[in-house]
Parts: sequence; structure tokens; C-alpha cells
Amino acid sequence: MEALSAAGEPAIATHALTKRYRGGQLAVDRLDLVVPRGSVFGFLGPNGSGKTTTIRMLMGLIEPTSGTARVLGEEMPRAGRRVLPRVGALIEGPALYGFLTGRDNLLRFDAADPTADPRTRRARVDAALDRVGLVAAAGKKARAYSLGMKQRLGLAAALLQPRELLVLDEPTNGLDPQGMREIRTLVRGLASEGTTVFLSSHLLDEIEQVCTHAAVMAQGRLLTQGTVAELASSARGRLAVTTPDTAEAVRVLKEHGVNDLTVDDDRVTGELPAAVPELAELNAALVRAGVRVRSFGTARASLEDAFVALTGEGFDVAG
Amino acid sequence: MSQAELTTAAAGRAAPSPLWALSLFRSEVGTVFRRWRTIALLGVLAAVPVLVGIAVKMETDDGGAAGHGGGGPAFISQVTNNGLFLVFTSLAATLPFFLPMAVGVVAGDSVAGEASSGTLRYLLVAPAGRTRLLLAKFSATLAFCCAATLTVAASALAVGAILFPLGDVTLISGVTVSFGEGLLRALAVAGAVALSLVGIAALGLFVSTLTNSGIAAMATTVGLLITAQIVDQFPQLHAVQPYLFPHYWLSFADLLRAPVYWDQLLDNVGLQALYAAVFGSAAWARFTSKDVTA
Repeated sequence: MEALSAAGEPAIATHALTKRYRGGQLAVDRLDLVVPRGSVFGFLGPNGSGKTTTIRMLMGLIEPTSGTARVLGEEMPRAGRRVLPRVGALIEGPALYGFLTGRDNLLRFDAADPTADPRTRRARVDAALDRVGLVAAAGKKARAYSLGMKQRLGLAAALLQPRELLVLDEPTNGLDPQGMREIRTLVRGLASEGTTVFLSSHLLDEIEQVCTHAAVMAQGRLLTQGTVAELASSARGRLAVTTPDTAEAVRVLKEHGVNDLTVDDDRVTGELPAAVPELAELNAALVRAGVRVRSFGTARASLEDAFVALTGEGFDVAG
Repeated sequence: MSQAELTTAAAGRAAPSPLWALSLFRSEVGTVFRRWRTIALLGVLAAVPVLVGIAVKMETDDGGAAGHGGGGPAFISQVTNNGLFLVFTSLAATLPFFLPMAVGVVAGDSVAGEASSGTLRYLLVAPAGRTRLLLAKFSATLAFCCAATLTVAASALAVGAILFPLGDVTLISGVTVSFGEGLLRALAVAGAVALSLVGIAALGLFVSTLTNSGIAAMATTVGLLITAQIVDQFPQLHAVQPYLFPHYWLSFADLLRAPVYWDQLLDNVGLQALYAAVFGSAAWARFTSKDVTA
């Protein structure tokens, strides 16, 4: 059974995947990416880090300069006709025919798929429209759609068939907070049905909320990949103490090996040493030294801390 | 749905439908003809016979013959006697520029227009298949060639019937045939004209695969049309002229002889087939190996 053996392979696996554009610019540099089946995989990186080039190679839109890319167990772009009907994709924002209605746009994209059954086309289009909450606007010309509505229609096009893999490039771009939450719920729902979701986003807390795994790219290279919990724990948590006696608190904490201490009004924060001391002891030491402690605790490291630690720069800085 | 069910569902629809090409072709034709621009082009083409018909009517109302002194498009002097000749006159008037320009716009926009709007990437990941998509684009352009020619012919027939008498048709060779046979010959002429547009359709499709700008592809295709027409006018360049796609265009008039002169008509068919083969292959080679970055 070919299908069963393929199911054992990761949803996406690249080996030394490289793309050098004609100008000589190296967009993706020896990328080894593994996206496990059933995961919700966050793909992170500053603008220009090679994320979209990678997605385009995975979807067979551009030819790799060297290296291989396997999607759902088969080599891309060679097996595109077998692989792509099982993949739904939203790449670099939605693109629509402005002179067609939302429903007609979906009918056209569905007609382009040779494996899509024309007899069920209308029903599947209506189901996809319903899934993204666009039924009421389905008869309007797409040129009259807002960015958020276009984004939803693009998502609907990715959901025209049951998919094994969804590749979503910035799916919440242009959506209002309510819409973003709906999309997150949708992604979670799809993942719970067994669909692997490969999600690129510049919203780190979004990745943290939705994803089980993540990878970070910068300047065409893969910096790290793993589960979100692993990535976040790789950045150490920070200690935060609120006290009116900040100077004394800094002195005591420094004695106990806390580094990188900063004072912000009545708040002292610092990085805990590698061998984390017993926090209760630390608190007792502060109190013994006469420091009046209002609050004491560690802030869990966020994915953003991990990201900044890896790339050493703000998120939206172009690489 | 579990992973296993998903896999079975995928295996269930792995076999492409036997009508795999038709679905996309129908969608393609629908998309071309629902564009406002296509409707406008057909509108302009339909207006040409109206203008010619009214001009001839006004000129001849004072009793003179139209196109005296041999000026104007072919057959114009016969229109007053028989409205059917307005079909031939209108096709002769639109074939050098209006018709091929309309085809150049549609063909030039076919791939490049989808690239500039970004819809090309979604068609390809659907996955339309590059060869299949190109075939659908070329067939839809050919459908437009037929529609454009028939628009001119139908409009001319309607205007001719309203403004002028209809009746037996005197052919170029002097033989008179019944109106019914005249109509059949008009249909054959329309077919020959539509075939004449295959060359520029293939050329436009190739240009369209070279760029991501629909406007640039349309302008280049129409520019090539004008260049070919100009080069075809210079006697000094007669060596290359038999290879220019407009060279045998007016051969359709040979269908109005009894017996029909086939030489140039067949030369035209051969030349258009050559263009379709050469530029069709070039478009295929280019499009199937191109990085789609738009």
C-alpha cells in the first residue's frame, strides 16, 4: 500500500534545499526542514528571510537550484499532479478575479483541479464559503471585497477539498481581531481532524497560541526547529521583583548570581543564572535584607524572547 | 476525520476524470468572455459593419456608386446591390487590424494577465498542470478568434439585410449563385478569416509567457502585428514576406471564385499551422520551465 507507507513519512521534508536566483542572490541556503504529520507548524522569520521562496519551492512554483523537497512523501515539483490535489495553499496573500463573484472565483479554482469532481463542485464551493463565513457575500464581485474578505476567500479556495496538508502564508493578514480569532479556531479545528498545517506568520503570539512545532529562518538559513515548548524553554525566563527599595534589591540579587538586572520604576528584572537557585530562598534573602517585596515571580520566556535571542534583532527587520 | 479516512479520500479521487481537460477549458472560456474588456472588443468589432453600412448607404442615396474610383475596402462597390457583400467588405476591413488586434489583446493577456494578478500561482497549485493550462489558454484564445470573426460577420449580415437588398450573388469570376450558396460561401470566408488569426494567437501566447505584465504582453503582440504589416508592404523585403503571418490574409477572397482558387488559401493554412507549431512549442518550453514568482 503506497498510501500507507507515504503516511509514515513527514508531511514536508527538505534536504539541503537551495535556491539561488538568477542575479546570484542566495534566497534559501541548504535548508533541512522536517514537518511532522499532524503538527501545526509555525514557520517564522523576518521579511526577506526566504520563507516565501521555500513555500514556492514546496508547491512546485519554482525549481530548486539544488537539494530535494518531499511533500506528503513524494518529490516536488516532479509529483505535483499527485501531491497538490491533497494540499490546500494560501501563498503571499489572496489573488482573485475582481470581475467574478466570490463564488465564481472558487468555481474557477476548483475547475483547475483535474481530480475535483464537477458533480459535487457547487456543494463543495458552498461548504467552503460557509466554513470561512462568507456565504452572505458570495454573490458580490470580488473587487468589492475588503482585504479581510479576500483573505477568507483565499482560505476557502484552500478548503475546497479535504486536504492532508494546508500551507498558509500569513493567513490572518488584514483581518480584524474577531476574524483572527475565527481563523485560529478554524486552524485548530482542521488540525484536530488530522490535517497538517504549515503556517507562516509574523505574529509570534499567534504561532505560540496555535502551533505545536515551529522553525525559525533568517537570511535563507534555518536557525532552529522543534516543538514550540522546546523553543520557548531554550530562552531562559526572567525574574521580576516589584519593590520600592530597588537599589537594595539589585544588590541582593546580584549577590545571588542574577544577571542583566534592569530597573524600571519600582520593577527590577533580571536573567536567572543557568543553575537556577531555589526561588523561595531568593525571596527570603531579599526580605532578610529589608527589601519590601510587593510581588515576586518569574515571567515565562515567550517565543518572542526565543526569536530575538536567535536572530538578535527585532522581528520585522528585513534580513 | 481521521488520518486514515483522509488518505482513502485522497486515493478515491486520485484518478483524473476523463473530462479533465474540458473542465478547465470551459472555465477558461467563461473567464475570457465575462471580462468587461472582451465584451468591449466584441462591441467595437460589431460596430465596424454598422459604420461601413451607414457610410455606404449615405453615399449612395444620391444615386452614385459606392467606392467609385476603386477606393475603399474590397467588394464595397457591390454592397448596394447585395447586402451579403457587406459581410465580405467588413471582414476585409477588419482583418488587417481590428480583428488581429483584438486577438493580440486576448492572447497577450492570457498568461501574463494571470501572472500580474497573482491568480496564476493559485491555478498552478490547484494543480491545473502547466501543459494543460497552456492548452486551455490557447484553445480559449482560438474560441475568441472564432467569436470575434462571427461577431463581425453576423453584425454585417444583419446591417446588410436591413439597409440593402438581398438576392443572388455574383461571384468575382462573374458566375451567379443562389443566395443560399452565397451564405454558405460567407460562412466559409468567416472560417478562413478565423483560421488566419491562429498565427497571431500563438505568437501572443508565447509573448505572454515571457513577462509578468499583461499590458506589456498585449502591447508587444500588437506591436509585432503592426511591424509585420509594415514589412509586408515593402517590395524590397519580398524574400521574407511569404513567412509573415499576415501575408496571405486577403486570400479569403479566392473563396468567392468559381471554381475556388485554392493555392493561396492553402498557403495561408500552412503558414498559420507553422506559426502555431513554432510559437506554441516555444510557449510550452518557456512556460513549463519558468519560475513562477508573481
